[in-house]
Amino acid sequence: MERIPIIKMGPFLLVTIQVDMHDRLVMALQEDLTELVSATGARGVLIDISSLDMVDSYIGRMLGGIASITSLMNAYTVVVGMQPAVAITMVELGISLQGVMTALNVEKGMDLLRATLMISPDQDHGIDREE
Amino acid sequence: MESTVKSDTLVVKNPQEIILARQKVREYARLLGFNLVDQTKLITATSELARNMVEYGGGGIVVIELIYVREHRGLRVTFEDQGPGIADLEMAMQDGFTTGNGLGHGLPGAKRLVNEFEIDSKIGVGTRVSLVRWV
Amino acid sequence: MEMAKANTIRLMSEKMDELLQHWIELHLTNLSLRKDMIGNENLYRQSKDFIEAFVQAADGADLEDINRVEWTSVRKILAEISTNRSRQGYSPSETASYVFTLKEALFRLLQKEYGLQPDILIQETLTISKILDKLGLYTFETYSKAREEVIYRQQQEMLELSTPVIRLWDGILALPLIGTLDSGRTQVVMENLLRGILSTNSDVAILDISGVPTVDTLVAQHIIKTVSAARLMGAECIISGIRPEIAQTIVQLGVDLSMVKTRATLAGALKLALDMRKLTIVQIGKA
Repeated sequence: MERIPIIKMGPFLLVTIQVDMHDRLVMALQEDLTELVSATGARGVLIDISSLDMVDSYIGRMLGGIASITSLMNAYTVVVGMQPAVAITMVELGISLQGVMTALNVEKGMDLLRATLMISPDQDHGIDREE
Repeated sequence: MESTVKSDTLVVKNPQEIILARQKVREYARLLGFNLVDQTKLITATSELARNMVEYGGGGIVVIELIYVREHRGLRVTFEDQGPGIADLEMAMQDGFTTGNGLGHGLPGAKRLVNEFEIDSKIGVGTRVSLVRWV
Repeated sequence: MEMAKANTIRLMSEKMDELLQHWIELHLTNLSLRKDMIGNENLYRQSKDFIEAFVQAADGADLEDINRVEWTSVRKILAEISTNRSRQGYSPSETASYVFTLKEALFRLLQKEYGLQPDILIQETLTISKILDKLGLYTFETYSKAREEVIYRQQQEMLELSTPVIRLWDGILALPLIGTLDSGRTQVVMENLLRGILSTNSDVAILDISGVPTVDTLVAQHIIKTVSAARLMGAECIISGIRPEIAQTIVQLGVDLSMVKTRATLAGALKLALDMRKLTIVQIGKA
């Protein structure tokens, strides 16, 4: 079965969504990410949606779901690269992605994760979140 | 005084076919010269309604039409299924209402993304939703 | 009817030169102030084309319905004339006088020809009046349509001119809004802002509304939607320049801006933006 590749970058996992996601792919991604966060002890997940041409309520729910699940496993999820037209449409549709962090691009997403985890780029491992 | 210049009919029964419907709507929206935001609104509304149809109506057909009414050009997308129908339309059009696992943005959300929105549903017969966005 | 039609049309092609000369004279008198704007030769050629097309159309079709395909070339010539004149700033009556002076010229011609046969003269005059009036109205419609296009284009240009997205600092954008915000303009402004955020890679955008006289519910909602959309993209917005009257209106309208960062002045907003970017301005030495 077709899968969206997940890349491990230090303490973070990076997913770049480049295809028109159908529902099964969305489900598979949610499962794969959950497993990988658990297996690697990743502290952050970056989902790059810069090539997505729309986010409907189904995909919105999936993004919110991933954020909730990863947070139960002590990791933060940042959605990065949303296009302006997609953002305008989502607001009109009534999806706010509450509880999901966002950033303009992968780099800024990493900065945000590091700031949130209060660790410097060199000390990426073994520091617990205090909140 | 309305005329249909071009149209396509797609059968949408599974999630894979929702994507095909979206792509076809995008193709029409580009042809009509909608800007990127309007294109996005149209394909998002299509995605919502096509998914509703697949999830609750057992699939159906999507008709995409390029229409002219006098000098106005527009895109109409119609979703028609022969599913169980919606018991309380008024309730279904309220924000936050859902019978499935959705968050209830489907119908009212899609309505906000277009200029015209019509829904017609009969219990045991099916549901028909039609939307139009003018250029 | 058939008789009448044949008479006039025959006369038009037989006495074409006389008719043309008379028509153009009448028309130019009407345009006394603008003679310089049209080349006479051009007008002559155009008018000759028009009469030829008219004769051809009238010969093959009925004179009742100018929307029929036989009248296509006549309509085309008229549309071209009205559109051009509309763009050149002619008044509507100056433009419509093109067809109406032809009517006048034709009447004189008919009178000369059938002056002694009142029955025929009346019949001919009636028939030709009807069709030329219709064509006159068509000219007018085309003229208005062309004007509307000019207005629309100017509105679009205004929109683009009036929404500058300015980079204040690395990662900080400002959008000073000036003038009345209607729903359409607000939408364009907001889209520009979001695109600006992406293209300049800015985390903070300041929307300054000091120059906006009033804010209604719809505009306030657009502003809130923009803030939400920017957040989805990963950027924060600050609204600055909310004058006391606007603050009061917003509260009276029941619009909730509590989730939006606001500052009274652009300076205050810049300070907040710098804080958010973890930047500070330090005085070096004594001022």
